[in-house]
Amino acid sequence: MLMNLFKFKGGVKPPTNKTQSVTLPIAQAPLPSRLVVPLHQSIGGTPRPVVAAGDKVLKGQLIGEADGWISAAVHAPTSGTVVEVAMHVQPHPSGLDALCVVIEPDGRDEWIPREAVDYKALTPEEVRERLQQAGVVGLGGAVFPTHGKLTASKTVPMEELIINGAECEPFITCDDLLMRERAEEVVRGIGIFRDLLQPKKVLIGIEDNKPEAAAAMRAAVDALQEPFLVVPVPTLYPAGGAKQLIRVLTGKEVPAAKRSTDLGVQCFNVATAYTAWRAIAHGEPVVSRLVTVTGNVHAPRNYEVLIGTPMDELLKLATPHPDTDGIIMGGPMMGFLVPDPHVPVVKATNCLIAHDDRLFPPKPPEMPCIRCGACAQACPHELQPFEMYWFARAKNFGKTQEYHIFDCIECGCCSFVCPSRIPLVQYFRFAKSEIWAREREKNAADGAKARFEFKQLREEREKAEKAEKLARAAAAQAAKKAAEAAAAAAAGGDAAETAAAAPEVAPAAVDAAKEAKKATIEAAMARAKAQREAAQPKNVEALSGAQQKEIDEIEARRQVAHLTDADAASPAGEKTE
Amino acid sequence: MDILLAIAIMALGAVVLGAALGFASIKFKVEGDPLVDKIDAILPQTQCGQCGYPGCKPYAEAIAKGEEINKCPPGGVEGVQRLADLLGREVKPLDAEEKPKQIAIIDENTCIGCTLCIQACPVDAIVGAAKQMHTIVAPLCTGCELCLPPCPVECIRMEPIAENIDNWKWKYPVVEIKAAALKEAA
Repeated sequence: MLMNLFKFKGGVKPPTNKTQSVTLPIAQAPLPSRLVVPLHQSIGGTPRPVVAAGDKVLKGQLIGEADGWISAAVHAPTSGTVVEVAMHVQPHPSGLDALCVVIEPDGRDEWIPREAVDYKALTPEEVRERLQQAGVVGLGGAVFPTHGKLTASKTVPMEELIINGAECEPFITCDDLLMRERAEEVVRGIGIFRDLLQPKKVLIGIEDNKPEAAAAMRAAVDALQEPFLVVPVPTLYPAGGAKQLIRVLTGKEVPAAKRSTDLGVQCFNVATAYTAWRAIAHGEPVVSRLVTVTGNVHAPRNYEVLIGTPMDELLKLATPHPDTDGIIMGGPMMGFLVPDPHVPVVKATNCLIAHDDRLFPPKPPEMPCIRCGACAQACPHELQPFEMYWFARAKNFGKTQEYHIFDCIECGCCSFVCPSRIPLVQYFRFAKSEIWAREREKNAADGAKARFEFKQLREEREKAEKAEKLARAAAAQAAKKAAEAAAAAAAGGDAAETAAAAPEVAPAAVDAAKEAKKATIEAAMARAKAQREAAQPKNVEALSGAQQKEIDEIEARRQVAHLTDADAASPAGEKTE
Repeated sequence: MDILLAIAIMALGAVVLGAALGFASIKFKVEGDPLVDKIDAILPQTQCGQCGYPGCKPYAEAIAKGEEINKCPPGGVEGVQRLADLLGREVKPLDAEEKPKQIAIIDENTCIGCTLCIQACPVDAIVGAAKQMHTIVAPLCTGCELCLPPCPVECIRMEPIAENIDNWKWKYPVVEIKAAALKEAA
């Protein structure tokens, strides 16, 4: 069991504040008055709503269909009636709205028919498909759709599967309690990941401040006779970052702009393994999760909470002290104050901290950077936060990218150690979102340019085509005239010569050409005739006898002329000669 | 004699180097004006013609020939700044009012299906057919307003693009601190 562990550079040791919420076992949160389930809860495409206001839904029924491969389905957390599908405030620092399905629970909490399957009888594709349909996403906080990470690379052999039970952020204990109480199902879930990815080793990393969780996991691994290794890792924030945990357990450093899969390593959270097992072996989609409710409350505790539960209702269960003035979602290092106490719990919500000035004193004013370099020593990604800060502050975004701002995981170590109390991470977030916005604008401009150029090209082509068509029509007109003249001449010649001699003189090709010309002439004459017939003479009613007689005479002459015209060209030929 | 030799050597050198330069100018000839492309890359490609030129590329060509750099309202003050940096010219205030980014919306109840806006759209962002309802493909619309004047029933309006979670940006931190100070004072 002894294993050589590695170290990552930097890191900080904030007060862990975890003991408050581990004294009580996991409790089931009661049904809230209503559930607001956001459709976009994972990285990737926004699921399309498949229910409408007034629909009756059962617990676990699909309400949002995955849009694309990197997207995860969303389900009704309890049985009830859909009140509306509308925009509601999101647990997001922006405080903006997004599309949500609002469900009024009927109190019965009635499940859809759940189908338990033995995943070993399924193909890997089917397992991944089921995970997507069940809405299984990374519950460590990044909410990346899990099925998207379960395809082994074809070029790099899978070496290690890392299971992340480090839970390094202060205050949060939901993974700790999950491993203590539901270790067996976590280990079975890890078994699914192992079977899909076929790694050589499976390592479960747990910070050494959670000995009970590590013991429970070890017992479960032994009971299920799995070859997984439960490895206690030193408590040092942010040991639970995927790249940091990989570094600690394997010594591999994931390079910038590469993924851990390129090194044959994949990493999952323990809660993700648990939900994957529930989804496959019990047919239960992700409709609830464990949430630590702590901070300025009377009874900090972990609750199993339905997705969509309003945060203020959940916080009430732990009886917050009266001076609570806000709710932090996530931990004190990476979390944020939610914009509205009614925002719903989502799949990414691992912890709610009741905020007050005693626990989180207001930040003293920002002072100038004194270039002490403390942030660079604390940075677990070996970046130079002070450089990125200067350039972000000066809005020189190209330079921030040269200093690898996109490798920053926003863990907050630099802000934590900064003696000038500069909110460094906020500068980095600002710079990142500006760079993304510019990227979007650049892409839009490139697209517009391409479309504009294509439109110009098309217009020019259409103009050219039109001109060509006109030229062709004019040429055809000229050819027709020439052909008529030629046909008339040829007819004259034919009449003059004997009918039998003509074919011998004219070769077959000329004959064919002549036939074609004749056909066009006949067609033209037929058209002219039709036109003549279509043009009805006017004033033909109430004719006097003399007029009628005159008309008849004219018609007769016409008939004669017409007959000689249509019969043969000989008189015409005579006329021409 | 020496002086003649020296002149001959210099003349030979001149001929050889001249030939080399001539060869290089043909061999490494740059197609088009690279400066125009660089300017064009900064312009926002709305193709709106608010600068007085029929598209972004013609304006880029005009800038390269000495036209003012502050005639592009969609590019904004930042666009002028970037053009000034590229060309080493002085930053000038924008020649027009800077508007927020917007897109065109067709009121589908009023649209008579005349196709005039479709012909006016420089980026083919309007779909529809004669006597059929037209609509704007929002992600492709550059907000150039060229479809507004040809519409005979004035059923097209411009709307600023609303902030949503996908295009929301973190604010500049310094501003937040000022806001906090104001709140304290109040």
